[in-house]
Amino acid sequence: MAGKQEIVVRFENVGLRYGVGPEVLRDISFQLRGGSFHFLTGPSGAGKSSLLRLMYLAQRPSRGLITLFGQDIATTARDKLPLVRREIGVVFQDFRLLDHLSAFDNVALPLRVANTPESDVRKHTEELLAWVGLKNHMDARPPTLSGGQQQRVAIARAVITQPKLLLADEPTGNVDDGMAFRLLHLFEELNKLGTTVVIATHSHALIERLGHPILTLSDGQMTGGAPVFDPLARPRAGQPQPRGGPV
Amino acid sequence: MLNRRSDLPLNKDPATRFLPWLIAFMVYLAALAVAGVMVLDRVSSDWEAGVSHTLTVQIPPGEDEEKDQEILANALNLLNRTHGVAQARAVPLSEVLTLLEPWLGKSETIGNLPLPMLIDVELAAASAIDLPQLTRDLEKITPGVSVDDHSVWLQRLIQLVQSIQMLAASVLGLIGFATVGTLVFTTRAGLALHHPIIETLHLIGAHDSYVGRQFGHHAMVLGLKGGVIGVGFAVPTLFIIGYLAGRLESTLLPDLALGLFEWTALAILPVITALIARFTARATVQRRLKKMI
Repeated sequence: MAGKQEIVVRFENVGLRYGVGPEVLRDISFQLRGGSFHFLTGPSGAGKSSLLRLMYLAQRPSRGLITLFGQDIATTARDKLPLVRREIGVVFQDFRLLDHLSAFDNVALPLRVANTPESDVRKHTEELLAWVGLKNHMDARPPTLSGGQQQRVAIARAVITQPKLLLADEPTGNVDDGMAFRLLHLFEELNKLGTTVVIATHSHALIERLGHPILTLSDGQMTGGAPVFDPLARPRAGQPQPRGGPV
Repeated sequence: MLNRRSDLPLNKDPATRFLPWLIAFMVYLAALAVAGVMVLDRVSSDWEAGVSHTLTVQIPPGEDEEKDQEILANALNLLNRTHGVAQARAVPLSEVLTLLEPWLGKSETIGNLPLPMLIDVELAAASAIDLPQLTRDLEKITPGVSVDDHSVWLQRLIQLVQSIQMLAASVLGLIGFATVGTLVFTTRAGLALHHPIIETLHLIGAHDSYVGRQFGHHAMVLGLKGGVIGVGFAVPTLFIIGYLAGRLESTLLPDLALGLFEWTALAILPVITALIARFTARATVQRRLKKMI
C-alpha cells in the first residue's frame, strides 16, 4: 500500500485531444498523496471521464507529464504498464462487466490476471461478494442482475486486489441511498488502509455528506481544489500534512 | 487440458463452427501430399538401389537357335570372368515374356517372336567396371550386342520422381500458407469482435500474453479437431489408393502402401496443425495488442 507521503498521482501541464479535435483537457496540474480521498466534480462534458481515462492508463496525454506511483508513464516500458494498472482499481461508469461470465468470475478477474492461486481467489471473491450483498447471486450473469447489483459487482471487481489507487466514475448512480452509503463506507475503509481514492460524481449530497476535498473540472480545466504540483515545496520534518488536502 | 477456463467467449464465435472444417480440408490435402512425398522418396530410393548395381546385356536373335545359345554361353562366360562382375545370368524366356506383358499382353504367340536374349549382370559393390571395354569385348563375340547400365533411364526417372516430389512439397507449403492465413484472419476477426472485453482485461492489468494465451489455446483446440477430422478422412482415402494400385498387379508401379514411418508422420499431423494454430493465433494477438497503450 502507498505510504501517506508518497505522491501517487502527479499531472503536470497535461493536455488531451482526441485526434485532431480541440483539447478536451488543458493544462491540468495536480498531485495526490497516498491515502488521500478526493471527489472529482464538474458539469457534464467538463472532462471528468477523460481525466479518469488518463489516470487509469486507457489514454496517453497529448502533452504534459503524468507520473503514477513515482513512475513517469511516458518512459515506462509498455510491458511494465500492466503491473502499474494492477495497482489501480477502476469502477467504470458503464460497469464493463463481462456478460458471459458469472458475478463470481467477474469479481475474480483481477486476481486471476495477477496469477493469484485459485484457493485464494475463491476465498477473497466469496467474502467480498457476501460483503456487497451478492452472496446469493455469485453464479448469476450480469444481464440477469439489476443495475444496482451490476454496479456492486463492478465495485467489488475494482477493490478486490486492494489497489493503491481507486478511481470510480459515478459509482453510486444506480443504487439506493442505503447501499450507496454502504459502498462509500467500503471506499473509506480501503482509504483508511492507504488506498488513494478519487470518485467522480455529480452528487453534491454525497460530497457534502463525506466532506472530502474536491477537484473541480470546468470546460477541460481544473478550476478549483486542485492540489497543484510545486517542485520547490517540501514538507518540513515533523510537520504533518493534512490527509487528503492540497500539497 | 482442452477445457481450460477462458475469460473470452471464443467458443461462441462464428469461426468456432467453420474453422475446424476448413482446417480439416487443409489437413486432408496436406496428408495426401505428405504421403505422396514420402512414398515417392521411398520409391526413388528403391529404384536407385535396385538398378544402380546392375547391367543388362541384350543380344540380338540370330537365324540359328543353336548358334544363339552358343553366343549366349560365350557371353556369360566372358561376363563371369570380368573383374567387378558378381554374377551374370541369362534371363529365361518366361521372365522376358512377363516383362513384356504390360505392353504386349499375355499370349503364347509372343514367345514365337524373335526376341532378344537378355543377360542380367549383378556388379560387385563398390566396383568400377570399364563399360566401353566390356562392350568391345562382347562385340567380338557377337556384333550388335548392347550393354545398358540403366543410368540414363534411371536418371530421368529419378528426375521425374523428384519433380513430382517438389510439386507435392510446394502444394504442402501452399496448404500451410493458406492455413496460417486463415488463422490470422479469423484471429483478427475475433480480436475485433471481443475488443471491449480485451480492453477491459487490458485495463485491469492483463499482459498481452494473457489474452494471447486464450486465443492460442482456443485455436489449438480447433486446429486439433480439424487435424483429427482431416487425417480421419485421409486414412481411408490412402487405403483406397493403395488398394487400387495393388489391384493393377503391374510390374511398372512400385509398392504404394504406406509403412510405419509414413503412418506415424500422418498421425502427428493433427498435433503439428494444433501447434501451428496456437503459435499463429498467439503471435497475431500479441502483434495486434501492441497497438494499445
